[in-house]
Amino acid sequence: MTTAPVPQERRFPPIDKLADLAMVLVIIGGIYMAANLPGNISLVPAWVLLILAVIVLAVGVVLLARLDDFAWGTFRLVAGWALVAYIVIAGMIGYAFVYDGTRGEALGLLIAMLTVFAVAVPLLLGFSVARFQPTAKHPDGTAGTP
Amino acid sequence: MAQDAAAVAVTPEPHAGPPPAVRDFQIVPLKGIPIVAVVIAGLIAAIWSNNLWALIFFHVVGGGLWTAIDLFVGLIVGPIIGGMSIPARTEFTTRFMPKMVLLMPTLVTMTLASGWQLARHEGNLDPSSPNHAWLVASFIIVGIMATIAIGLLEPANLAVLFELKKPKPNGLRIARLMRVFIYTAGITGLMQVATLIIMTRVASQ
Repeated sequence: MTTAPVPQERRFPPIDKLADLAMVLVIIGGIYMAANLPGNISLVPAWVLLILAVIVLAVGVVLLARLDDFAWGTFRLVAGWALVAYIVIAGMIGYAFVYDGTRGEALGLLIAMLTVFAVAVPLLLGFSVARFQPTAKHPDGTAGTP
Repeated sequence: MAQDAAAVAVTPEPHAGPPPAVRDFQIVPLKGIPIVAVVIAGLIAAIWSNNLWALIFFHVVGGGLWTAIDLFVGLIVGPIIGGMSIPARTEFTTRFMPKMVLLMPTLVTMTLASGWQLARHEGNLDPSSPNHAWLVASFIIVGIMATIAIGLLEPANLAVLFELKKPKPNGLRIARLMRVFIYTAGITGLMQVATLIIMTRVASQ
């Protein structure tokens, strides 16, 4: 008895993992900040985490932009609406910090972290859906049978 | 998140034959968006007014529903769905999962934003507060839950819904994506129990 060959999934650069990592870095930074506000603390750890997150996210964006056969329409659809949703969520968190009197460097750091968060998640969601969608070269959304 | 067990529902068994017909559905139910907008507006008003009752309302209602839905769907609804036929599971999923796409992020935003403001209002964010260490523990747990929910569950959830929108859904792909939910459902369940322990402790001292 033989079994039908199973279509293989397409291989992509680790764009989703990079977006995940960027998100984790800013979440850790956010916890560090939230755990110590409104105290007078060193912001160096938060800066380091933010810079790492920005670098990781930028690498992910570059890798994404270099994809030539990709369901960009689906990506824009999902990432666009997710961006709207996560701007609202990040905006709510930012609003609470501003309202509570967080100012200066700490506020700037928090807003930068929220921005990374609000970009990383739509990137992750858009990529996670679009990677399985049909394209001109891959009409069934797979890499075909081996 | 609550999507976990329900998403498992569409896991097709190997060699189950052709994929079942899937009813048309909206991935994001547009009728629910005005309700979400009203909730968010109420949340903004609660934070702006710094009214204790309003803050407690949003935090308790949001947190209670978030925790209860996670536990109920994960431990009770999930196993029931697991015993359904493939077409029944698929139909349930196409009706249930889109609602979760709107409901859970709304509850999470409600809970966290009002919770932060409430902690501020009550002085629990002050490092000298006896509740401060408990709150930091809750931040860490929420951070882990957010990482799992946003980084693993939500992408898989959306990918499954888009897969089910195709004329010929790929059953093997759906099964593989659903395994993500199976492995992470237990972790988020444990996190919710830990949240209950921490929050009842904070409220009692």
